[in-house]
Amino acid sequence: MTTTLVIGLDGQGSGDRALAFAKDLAIRIGDCELLVVYVIEWSPFSFQTAEENALRHKRREAEITTAHERVVDPAVETLTSAGLTARGKVRHGDVADTLNRICEEEKGQQIIVCRASEGGFAKRIFGSSTANLVMSATVPVTVIA
Amino acid sequence: MKLISKLIFTVALLITAMPAVAQEEAMSLDETVNAIFAKVTGPFVNLIFAPLPGTSFPWIVLWLVVAASIFTIYFAFVQLRFFGHAISLVKGDYSDPNDAGEVSHFQALATALSGTVGLGNIAGVAVAVGIGGPGATFWMILAGLLGMASKFTECTLGVKYRNEYQDGSVSGGPMYYMSKGFEERGLPGGKVLAILFSVFCILGALGGGNMFQANQAHAQIAGITGDYPGWITGLVFAAVVFAVIIGGIKSIANVTEKIVPFMGILYVGAALIIILVNYDKIGWAFGQIFMGAFTGLGVAGGFVGALIQGFKRAAFSNEAGVGSAAIAHSAVRTKEPITEGFVSLLEPLIDTVVICTMTALVITISGQLLIDESTGLYMLDGSSIATVDGNSGVSLTSAAFGSAISWFPYVLAVAVVMFAFSTMISWSYYGLKAWTYLFGEGEKSELTFKIIFCIFIVIGAAASLGPVIDFSDAAIFAMAVVNITALYFLMSIVKQELKSYSARLASGEIKKFNH
Repeated sequence: MTTTLVIGLDGQGSGDRALAFAKDLAIRIGDCELLVVYVIEWSPFSFQTAEENALRHKRREAEITTAHERVVDPAVETLTSAGLTARGKVRHGDVADTLNRICEEEKGQQIIVCRASEGGFAKRIFGSSTANLVMSATVPVTVIA
Repeated sequence: MKLISKLIFTVALLITAMPAVAQEEAMSLDETVNAIFAKVTGPFVNLIFAPLPGTSFPWIVLWLVVAASIFTIYFAFVQLRFFGHAISLVKGDYSDPNDAGEVSHFQALATALSGTVGLGNIAGVAVAVGIGGPGATFWMILAGLLGMASKFTECTLGVKYRNEYQDGSVSGGPMYYMSKGFEERGLPGGKVLAILFSVFCILGALGGGNMFQANQAHAQIAGITGDYPGWITGLVFAAVVFAVIIGGIKSIANVTEKIVPFMGILYVGAALIIILVNYDKIGWAFGQIFMGAFTGLGVAGGFVGALIQGFKRAAFSNEAGVGSAAIAHSAVRTKEPITEGFVSLLEPLIDTVVICTMTALVITISGQLLIDESTGLYMLDGSSIATVDGNSGVSLTSAAFGSAISWFPYVLAVAVVMFAFSTMISWSYYGLKAWTYLFGEGEKSELTFKIIFCIFIVIGAAASLGPVIDFSDAAIFAMAVVNITALYFLMSIVKQELKSYSARLASGEIKKFNH
């Protein structure tokens, strides 16, 4: 049975370490598929102007394209060029919830993420996405320092 | 088109005429603006508010009430039957997680509400209660409940017939369902209605969505800082709105959009506190509302006066049947246009039934309206009810809140300014959509409208309340005349949608997603 590992990237340099760890783990496992996921932080309960609403679909498409081009596709390319099976996904939503939901949908066995990139005030108030994921995930989570 | 030319000409006339008239008659700039404005808009206002033959009842009020009642009956009390479903939709229970990142039902509702919740709820209610007495509140609530069906009809059509452009942006609103919906049904006149609606929408954007806001924001600031010329407030507001809608400084709009909901919650919270602290007067206040609704309790025009004021201010506040919300809701990308109709029916409930009623209760409980103790009837000062300090409009609401929480007028002043600004931003978009429908999309065309919009902010702040409120009402109600006419012809399409959706919801074909 193929093992599916979900790698959550945040577009920062530390993502490379998560990618390297996942690559190493996949080689050890053998029959393994890697799913590279980038979640664009977004809430359906935020407030927007009418003009922002009118342009939302256009911007959403642009955000997905940019995330694929800059983060997900190069990561998938790195993995496939190493002979591994990999594909990418970009979604909008709450980072922790969305990563976990995708892992459940894809019947993944583990989520691999790098350490929190948020800091300061926001982290103190809301906690980091990584901490939230660790606390709420329904599958094992590996956090790379 | 001619009306637009006339409008531009009028603006130019106002600007060029101001200095000359001021010199000749030694009037202040505010008085000059006011005099010219009242003269120019008078005939239009008189036409919209003409009474039914042999009565003092404006035909436009009957038009709105009859429409809302017909939609309520035609859709078999959709506002009651689908109220729970509307809440589920707003919560996102029926939203596909794969569509995350698109405009949510909540966002469309919040955007539409930011265009309606504001001065109508604070100043408009004070005007209604100040003239029509507490009884106006009863009619306001009734109009709000019936108006939910009007909102449902127009917003469903707004999403169904919007334009989706290749670049992914959307434009929607009554002008689109008028032209496309009529064509689909093989009816003539859709384009004519669309053009008429667009013209009135531009006037509405400049009136209620702009001048009334600037006017009352100035009144509120001047009430705290002391009197000073309105055009100064107007210039400051115009500069900030200019920075957002022309300069593209989104950060100002973003900050406003985030602060306004908190202001709304703070306002309702303060009202609730005042009502609860005066819990012993709640029964009396509701008694005044019910008795006033059917007897008038001495107000000018009796119970008809209360009814007219209640319906007028409810329509002005929640804009049901006006068509503006259809523009705001069109941005939602949903496979089921009717879902946006369900969500939109919550607007009159939140705006009128909840928030307006809070304001009316606070004004009534605060004792700002003077009562002749020997008769139990309200004392009159001209055609309005006499108030403790002669306050009217937003200053009456401010005094009512201030009588219970001394520092609240300062918070209210900030809230009014924020509400006014947020409403202006929303209406600048509605007006712009109508403008681009008439003159086409394009930078030059859009810039022209935006500059006119900013000029009207200065005029609105400088003019006195009477002419501004008359013009604002007239312009917005003129939109409703055209919009409701179209809704009568297109409501059967909404009924088909409702029938199909209800059947699929009952069969389980439409189901909730696990979030």
